[in-house]
Formats: sequence, structure tokens, C-alpha cells
Amino acid sequence: MSTAEDIVTEAPAVEAVPKRAMTLGFGTSLVVLAVLILVPLFVKNFIIFQLTMLLIYALAVLALNILTGGSGQFSLGQSAFYAVGAYTSAILMEHVGMNYALTLPIAGIVCFGFGFLFGQPALRLSGVYLALATFALATAMPQLLKLGYFEHWTGGVQGLVVTKPDAPELLQAMASWFHKSISQDMWLYYFTLAVGIAIYIASVNLLRSRSGRAFMAIRDNEIAASAMGVDVALYKTLAFGVSAGITGVAGGLGAIAVQFVAPDGYTITLAIQLFLGMVVGGVGWLPGSIVGSAFIIFVPNIAESFSKGLSGAVFGVLLFLVIFLVPHGARQVAIVAQQLIGKLKKN
Amino acid sequence: MELFANQVLAGIATGAIYACMALAVVMIYQAIDHLNFAQGEMAMFSTFVSWQLMQWGIPYWGAFVLTVAFSFAAGIAIERLLFKPLAKAPILTNVAGFIALYAIINSVAGLIWDFTIKQYPTPFGSSPFLGSQLISTHQAGMIGITLLMLVMLFFFFRFTRVGLAMRAAASLPESARLVGINTSWMIALGWGMAAAIGSVAGMMIAPVVFLEPNMMLGVLIYGFAAAVLGGLTSPFGAVMGGFLVGIFENLVGTYIPGVGNELKLPIALALIITVLVVKPAGLFGRPIVKRV
Repeated sequence: MSTAEDIVTEAPAVEAVPKRAMTLGFGTSLVVLAVLILVPLFVKNFIIFQLTMLLIYALAVLALNILTGGSGQFSLGQSAFYAVGAYTSAILMEHVGMNYALTLPIAGIVCFGFGFLFGQPALRLSGVYLALATFALATAMPQLLKLGYFEHWTGGVQGLVVTKPDAPELLQAMASWFHKSISQDMWLYYFTLAVGIAIYIASVNLLRSRSGRAFMAIRDNEIAASAMGVDVALYKTLAFGVSAGITGVAGGLGAIAVQFVAPDGYTITLAIQLFLGMVVGGVGWLPGSIVGSAFIIFVPNIAESFSKGLSGAVFGVLLFLVIFLVPHGARQVAIVAQQLIGKLKKN
Repeated sequence: MELFANQVLAGIATGAIYACMALAVVMIYQAIDHLNFAQGEMAMFSTFVSWQLMQWGIPYWGAFVLTVAFSFAAGIAIERLLFKPLAKAPILTNVAGFIALYAIINSVAGLIWDFTIKQYPTPFGSSPFLGSQLISTHQAGMIGITLLMLVMLFFFFRFTRVGLAMRAAASLPESARLVGINTSWMIALGWGMAAAIGSVAGMMIAPVVFLEPNMMLGVLIYGFAAAVLGGLTSPFGAVMGGFLVGIFENLVGTYIPGVGNELKLPIALALIITVLVVKPAGLFGRPIVKRV
């Protein structure tokens, strides 16, 4: 353990994903969209609810992907932003009586500010140190929400119950012409889908813009980026803000879908799940978010069905299988598939 | 003033737990360059193994030695089987692997030994140490063992060829390979040693927090915090960090009104982050200069 300073030539912690490789082609996107629109028409309400959660977690994973895959910063604190978003929506709906759809942008803006401010001290930290700082935020959040001081608003340990919105009357009237009805779950699914698509398109555009290029320059080499005139501090905090904002919207949607917010729903476990979702989906590949989200929602259930006592072990083994087979996540599968299709076309 | 001195002493006693764990964390960080989230669970599993050996009638120190040897071998086996194939995978994928390992070990230990809390013996007795009510002979023994491990590690890295080879493999793998060091096995050795140190930590901690599959959850978090505070590159820093975190935590609980047990951890972490913002490589770590 010498005291001399070491000089290390280090590869960046997060691989460089070129920006074109971050999204799906137009045709494939349409197919995925069609599937997402049609599936709820044929399944039961409970599955529709699970699919809604799938979309919500996908949004949260997408947000982490922008932060980590885009700007190269780690975060184990996403559950804190999710919690702030959920509580903002719940409090506005229950105490202020605001319409649920209007609470989402407010949740997003509040979280953007929160993330932007949190990004300031995080500027000096990177790698494991940043992981620890964000981790601290994640462990502190449930405790802060329980504090007696805020209890009037947050409901303390008991949390808040949120009413589930009905589909708009106009839509219900239209559905009744076809002798069908739109259940609350189904309406919420389509509502979430619409919000999700809007955020996805905005994120893709963000990464393709000047700001997105600045994020990626910072990810690949911070010093080189600053030498080229990128305001590193501004863009790093901005990445935190954007990521927190999207996570906040996801949190708000989550509160509406689950109809309940309580401090213990937003522990570090949630942050770890979102992290796993990002790795399984492929770091820096935005469409992978939905694959990762499916993994964290459905695989624990599958593991439980194998064996109740060993569900943790089965989950671990499945996770190992996935990362052994595809260390780069779903992105790797997509690349291989693309190459295969390319070959077939040539023949 | 007496309250202050007492709280500091009590802080050192709890800090010894974190120092033990932090030493294992730094060991693995030296070998593989990232934090192993499954470290605590590996230590917990080792502690259960030693408990089982004692249940079968093996005396304490016999079980102790066997467990350390088992943990060393298991650490190497885990590296060879699970993480060597992932050596070329991205770092974040490796971290996901640690989380998977965590889930597997926790669940298997729960299945074999169930989740009831078990008493764990101490070789040092638990009477008050030197007449002080705040620190027991077990805690004094634990501090002694931690410092002993620290000294042994220092001699290992400073004065043995293997220690030198491990340092070389960790700081510049390519040059190390050129002078004939098998860097891949050095990593395995690092895993083995980290597991062995972790098992000692587990066996020292178990009498205080009691034995059960989730016993390491809180300890590992503090251990990480201690290692990061002291500097991830310095075993001495890690041990000091452990004591400091213990003292921090106790003083915060005593002097800041309205801080229950639940807010102790966030406040301790916030203090650590404040320190890191001022001194990003930790209190005793060496700054790393990057080449562009």
C-alpha cells in the first residue's frame, strides 16, 4: 500500500452506446405498440393491473437508463424520487382534490427540482461514492416520510389511500354503444400507456439532441467533454433532474394504480429492483426498459411458483442465467436478432 | 463530559463490528475493484457453518479454524464458478451478479437453518471489561481480533511475494501479467481472503447481533460506509472508518434531539457524504489520478 499517487488509465464504467443503438427501428416500434394496445382487450382485470405496473416500472427503469446509460452516473436512490412523485400525486389528489391527470406534471416538476438539487452535492462524487450517496437518500426517504412533523400531509406510517379514477364519461358512453364497458383498470392502463409513449418519445429526442450528446460525452470521458466546452456540472445535474422527474411521474402513476402510498412501499428494495431491470434490459438501450421491467415484475412470481421457501434462490439462479447468457441484457438479443434478419435479407 | 466519554466508548464498541466488516469490504475491493453486495451474506453463511460445527460437538476454536478454511475455499470456488465467466462483462452486470448471489445465499441459509434467532457463543466471555459497563470483554476481544487481522494483512501485503503480486495485479493488471503474475488467480485469492476475513467478522459479530439469516443486512451497510469513509484503498483507513462510524452514530443518537433509532442511519450516512464531498478519496485513501 504505497502512499504514492497511482496513475490509472481507466475504461469508462459504463460502456459507450452509440446514440443510434439506443432505440428501436420505426417498424419494430409500431409492432411493439400494437401489441401493447391490443393485449388488454383479451385478458382479465388483474393481468391488466399487472401490465399497468409493468409500464410504470418500465418508465422508472427508463429514467435510470437516461441517467446511467446516458450520462454515466449511478444511482441507487431512484426509489426516493419515486416516493416523492407518489406522495406528491397522492397528497394533491386527496388533500387538494386535484384531478389525477393534473397531478402528474406537478409530481414530475417537483421531482425534477429535487433531483436537480440532489445532483449538486453528487457532482463531486462518482462511482461507488455516488452509489453510496444515492443509497443514503434511498434509506433516508421512508424514515423522512414517517416523521411526525409531516404526518398531517403524509398520513405517517399508515400512508394515504388514493381513489382510483373512472374512465371519462365520453369514452364510457362510446363503449356502451358497442355493448362493452371500460373498467377502471383498463382505463388506467391506456392512460399509463399514453403517458409512457409521450415520455419515451421525449426521452429519445432528448438523447438525440444537443443535451443528449453532452450527456454521452460526459459518460465517455468527462475531462475530454469539458475540454470541448460541455458544461459538465450543469449537464450532470440536469441528467439527475430529468431522471428524477420521469421517475416522479412513474411514482405518481404508481400511486394511482396501487391506490395506496405508504413509506414502506418505497424502500431500497425498489431501487435495487429498478437497477436490476436496467441491467437485464441492457444499460443505455431505452426499449430494453420494458423487458427489464417485465423481469422484475414477473420473475419473482415465477420463482415463487417453483418453491415458496427457496424463491430467493430460484430468483438468484434465474438472474445468473440471464447475465451469463446475455451479459449486455436484452440489447444483446436485439443486436443478434438484427444481424440474423440482415443476413436473411441478403440471401 | 462524562456522558460524552461514555458515548464515545460505546461508539468504539459498536464501531468494532463495522471495522471488522469494513476490512473484508476493502479486501475484496483491492482484488476486484468493486464492492461486493453479497459479502455480508457470505459472512452470515460462514457463521452458520461454524454454529453447525459447534452443534456437532467441535470446540469453539476448532470450529473457528475449520470455518475460516471453509470460507477461504468457498470464496475461491464462487469466484471460479460464477464471476470468472463474467470477467469480460460490464461492471453493472457484475453488480447484478452480486445481488443474485445475495438472494441465493440468503434464501438457502433460511431454508437450512430457518429464520429463528439463535444464540452464538463468544470465546471471550461477556463480563464488563476493565470495570466499564459500556464495553464487554467480548467487544474488547473483537477489537483485538480486528487489529490483529489488520496487522497480519499489513505484513502480508508488505513483506510476502504473494502479497506483492496481489498488489501488482490490482493496480496494473497488464504489467503484472508481463512479469509473470497470474492475475486471474490473484483475483480468486482476493475472493478467498475476503471470504475468510468476512467469516471471522461474522463469528465476532454474531454474539452481539444474534445469529439469523438477515443479521448482516445492517452491518454490511455500515461496513460499506466505514470502508468508503476510511478510503477504499486502505485497510487501516477501513478500520478507523469503522470506529468513526460507530462513534458518529452514537453521538448523533445522544446529542441531536428527536433522532430515534430509525434516523440514525440516514444521519450517519449524510455525515459520511459530507466528509466525502470535502475529501473524495476517503480520510486515509490515496487519490487516484486518471489519465485521459
